[in-house]
Amino acid sequence: MTSPADLSVVEREPSPEELQFNDLIAADSRIEPRDWMPEAYRKTLIRQISQHAHSEIIGMQPESNWITRAPSLKRKAILMAKVQDEAGHGLYLYSAAQTLGITRDEMMQQLIEGRARYSSIFNYPTPTWADMGAIGWLVDGAAICNQVPLCRASYGPYGRAMVRICKEESFHQRQGFEILLELMQGTEAQRQMAQDAVDRWYWPALQMFGPPDDQSPNSAQSMAWNIKRFSNDDLRQRFVGMLVPQAEVMGVTLPDPALKWNEETGQYDMSEIDWTEFDEVLAGRGPANAERIRRRREAHDEGAWVREAAAEYARKQSAREAVA
Amino acid sequence: MTAELHEHEHEHDAGDATHAHGSVTVDELALAEELAGSGITGAGRVASADAAEYAMRLGDDALVLAQQLGMWITRAPELEEDVALGNIGLDLIGHARSLLHYAGTATGRSEDDLAYWRGEPEFRNTWLFEQPNGDFAHTIARQLVASLYLYELYRALEPSTDATIAAIAAKSVKEVDYHRDHAVQWVLRLAGGTDESRRRMIVAVTDTWPYVDELFVDDALTARLADDGVAVEPSTLRPAFEAAVDAVFAEARLERPTGRTAFIASGGGREGRHTEHLGPLLAEMQVLARQHPGASW
Repeated sequence: MTSPADLSVVEREPSPEELQFNDLIAADSRIEPRDWMPEAYRKTLIRQISQHAHSEIIGMQPESNWITRAPSLKRKAILMAKVQDEAGHGLYLYSAAQTLGITRDEMMQQLIEGRARYSSIFNYPTPTWADMGAIGWLVDGAAICNQVPLCRASYGPYGRAMVRICKEESFHQRQGFEILLELMQGTEAQRQMAQDAVDRWYWPALQMFGPPDDQSPNSAQSMAWNIKRFSNDDLRQRFVGMLVPQAEVMGVTLPDPALKWNEETGQYDMSEIDWTEFDEVLAGRGPANAERIRRRREAHDEGAWVREAAAEYARKQSAREAVA
Repeated sequence: MTAELHEHEHEHDAGDATHAHGSVTVDELALAEELAGSGITGAGRVASADAAEYAMRLGDDALVLAQQLGMWITRAPELEEDVALGNIGLDLIGHARSLLHYAGTATGRSEDDLAYWRGEPEFRNTWLFEQPNGDFAHTIARQLVASLYLYELYRALEPSTDATIAAIAAKSVKEVDYHRDHAVQWVLRLAGGTDESRRRMIVAVTDTWPYVDELFVDDALTARLADDGVAVEPSTLRPAFEAAVDAVFAEARLERPTGRTAFIASGGGREGRHTEHLGPLLAEMQVLARQHPGASW
């Protein structure tokens, strides 16, 4: 069993295109779809970009749960726009993955058959309106910390898709913060709703950065290939550093009694993350895994006749044009 | 600088399909909201009692349809349709907000007071808009009728003597023009696609047509407003609507329902009488707001 990092060790003479690829990476330039690339690089990217696309698509579900019940028309409009942005992000990312030689149908099939991963965070339910705030503030906030460095990812189409996505994500995070702020300035029931949501989403959001650096098997190669730029623990620290002052402004408590700035290390001390729950959810035993995949599969299956009709109509149209 | 140019050269490799649908982002909404504070929704103009009632009718049509389209998000036949139906729903919420805001000026109520704190008999939408989504063909049939009607309506309201209604109509007509195109394209695809899609499209047209008549019913209110040049008599919109339907149906080889299934629903939405579908729709829409009276969000 070799670790992925070993894949970069080439014993034979590197080919000219391989040397060119290595030069591009060394110069921190971009790899484009027509460029030669190692098979492992291609596979890593397909896995990462498709997982990212799936996360956007599945991530629409916990929020769409509140579109029909949003408590004001302004919030309803913002939430609809946000969920719709996520569908758009999924589309950019599927397009980027397609440049690596996989089709959207294949990716969608992997998703609905449960063979593809997506961010585990979306397997948690959204029982209250405050979850719309917590998802924006914490989940989108963590996503931004993860994604901003990806704008410089070595693979061109991925990096460029991320530039677009990050622009929109920052608005998503801000609207989440505003939802929570409004609740914290509201009635006692609203404040409780906000704190409860922060309590439920804080730890899962920290887990979005992945396992601690010493237990992250794929990180080293991804960093060598300029796909990943910062380690999991660095990003997690950066995220917490962003949250602390914002939590103070809102008046919510971050649910970690050990959380404290440490002058000596120049970092936040925090409680040990409990990875048992994360592992459970990742293994498919989370609160909503089955529900999320089921919804996607149902939409896909129920829409099959529509997609077939569109394809058939397009075929007839081009046949007609060919005759004319 | 070169890096930026590089970004632009390659902007087309991902996601153009969505942009063709005119994606709205949260950013643009925030901007629209700022504008709404002093611009289109009235600049402090107070609606007359008649104009308020009229704006409420139109606002309720838009709101109820938006609520239904929102239910498609995450359930559409393809991701592009999650985006497209979401966009149309968003436009309609925008129209509803402007119209209900204006309607509320007559009685000192906000758009949310009107959306969340009125009961079923106080809603003024016509029955077409409260008919359930059904399958995709039913949603498209409803979209076809709604968008062809709204396009003629807003076009006719652009020269309204009521400056607020004129401004709302001028903005809305451009958006509804896109909704119209979306519905027409799908009617053609479904009617001209597979046997299955054609069968479903015909059923959907049959099920939707009973609700067309109510859109074009004149009453005392529209007569008074038409006299003042504020609004138009709904019946005057019908010829252009019919011509548009004929053109689409001719291309799609569809017919209006005839024979025993050619029902015409009695209607009554403008007086607050509704089908069985509106109650559950409002219950869901209003539930959270009503659990927290007086709260702001």
